[in-house]
Amino acid sequence: MAEARLKVYRGDSGGGQYVEYKVPVEAGMVILDAIHYIQGAYAPDLAVRWNCKAAKCGSCSGEVNGKPSLMCKTRLDDFDLSEPIEVRPIKTFPVVKDLVTDVSWNYEINKRIVPFTPTNTNTDEWKIYQDDVDRVQEFRKCIECFLCQNVCHVLRNHDKKDLDDPKHLFAGPRFMVRIASLEMHPMDGANRVPFTKNEAGIGYCNITKCCTEVCPEDIHITDNAIIPMKERVVDEFYDPVLMIWRKMTGKK
Amino acid sequence: MANSRSMAINDKLGQTERRDSWWIEPLLSGLGLGLFGIYATWAAFQGTNFEWGPYLSPFYSPHINAPWFPLSPAFLILPFPLLFRATCYYYRKAYYRAYFMSPPGCAVGPAQKGGTYTGETKFPFILQNLHRYFFYFAAIFILILTYDALLAFNFDGRFGIGVGTLIMVANVIFLGLYTFSCHSWRHIVGGKEDCFSCDKMSKLKHGAWSRVSIINENHMRWAWISLFTVGFTDLYIRLVASGVINDLRIL
Ligand code: SF4
Ligand code: SF4
Ligand code: FES
Ligand code: FES
Repeated sequence: MAEARLKVYRGDSGGGQYVEYKVPVEAGMVILDAIHYIQGAYAPDLAVRWNCKAAKCGSCSGEVNGKPSLMCKTRLDDFDLSEPIEVRPIKTFPVVKDLVTDVSWNYEINKRIVPFTPTNTNTDEWKIYQDDVDRVQEFRKCIECFLCQNVCHVLRNHDKKDLDDPKHLFAGPRFMVRIASLEMHPMDGANRVPFTKNEAGIGYCNITKCCTEVCPEDIHITDNAIIPMKERVVDEFYDPVLMIWRKMTGKK
Repeated sequence: MANSRSMAINDKLGQTERRDSWWIEPLLSGLGLGLFGIYATWAAFQGTNFEWGPYLSPFYSPHINAPWFPLSPAFLILPFPLLFRATCYYYRKAYYRAYFMSPPGCAVGPAQKGGTYTGETKFPFILQNLHRYFFYFAAIFILILTYDALLAFNFDGRFGIGVGTLIMVANVIFLGLYTFSCHSWRHIVGGKEDCFSCDKMSKLKHGAWSRVSIINENHMRWAWISLFTVGFTDLYIRLVASGVINDLRIL
């Protein structure tokens, strides 16, 4: 039987190191299976967060050979088994233990976004056509795996996560997706565009598209959420003609 | 909430645990943009051999007669397409990765250190927000180049088709696809609406927006193809005009 060698990060907030384990390979095996095998055979104390093993709960985010990925969606047969496969926790958020990270920063950001604010609270009168929700439905596929947050260099390398200082805060691609899904909703009446610019820090995104590359739900984060939001920010804050037009007509 | 400092904050330029060839993409796009830049600058300095028969190089269109201007007229034209492409959402990605290494690849250490990064919040990059204005100019250029392509069928008053005609037509088609798949245009024609079924106008906007969205998905492809065709069109006309090759008449 083929054998894989996995180098798994073991440690906590104080630091850690890679430990190598041998795992017998079975057909169709994914990294998460291999991690479970390691737990069963060698290291019952190996910490990993998972739930569905079907790429739907967004719990098992990690980095496999340096690539941000869902461990349950990454197959062993995609790797050259003559070399060890490196599995580590996502880098952008602090390690709790082994492969588990503390992603609570994301929930703090989420709380700051004005929730859905219907223009008409009598839902019986709502009539929404498919054309109106196509865009929003793509965004609803998000499983909050935070792989996009992890890979985004603004958070990963520049650490723009200061919750007390909007000058050093970027909400990150996942929350640009959420903002876009609310802003483009036909029944929503709130305006989150100033928030997007001033508090969510959309100007920090330089549209280098790494978030789109890693999203397991294939959400076109950059093209369909961030760029349209950047254009809406331009409408309100940077377009000189529109600004003069608003001054003259007094319209919003 | 616990401290949420990233573990990658001190990663050095190019530092990564990735083992695939992530550097090929920025290398190729950096080379492609660089080669085009060198060719376009050289061609702009020439000031000659930009027209032959009914053909006119896109670098020198529209015809400008400016004796007061010390350089070749191409320098009055090229800033417009240059600014359009420099502020394009796709090219921004390409050159931020290839030249600024911000970041050079995904999950790869960037050139700037932690606190110094300002993204598109400060001068000069904050000016990227004016992209839509360069789009307007680019759209005018499509009109001009369409006119040039039509003129390329007119050989001394007689209808004709040469290889140059085909090249000029293909060029304006690809430039058109690039220009009208622009993200700003996608916003302007309808993307800015929240409701597509609320009135007649918004239905029209939805139609326009969904058509632009179709070509917008391949914006990167149009960006590269049109960059190639526009350079190649100039090169072809230049070679014909300087007598290096002969234009083949098809009709
Ligand atoms: S496109 Fe923007 S949000 Fe997405 S990874 Fe790049 S910088 Fe971050
Ligand atoms: S947008 Fe994609 S990558 Fe980001 S959290 Fe949602 S599913 Fe994960
Ligand atoms: S375990 Fe649910 S996404 Fe991997
Ligand atoms: S986004 Fe590329 S041309 Fe506008």
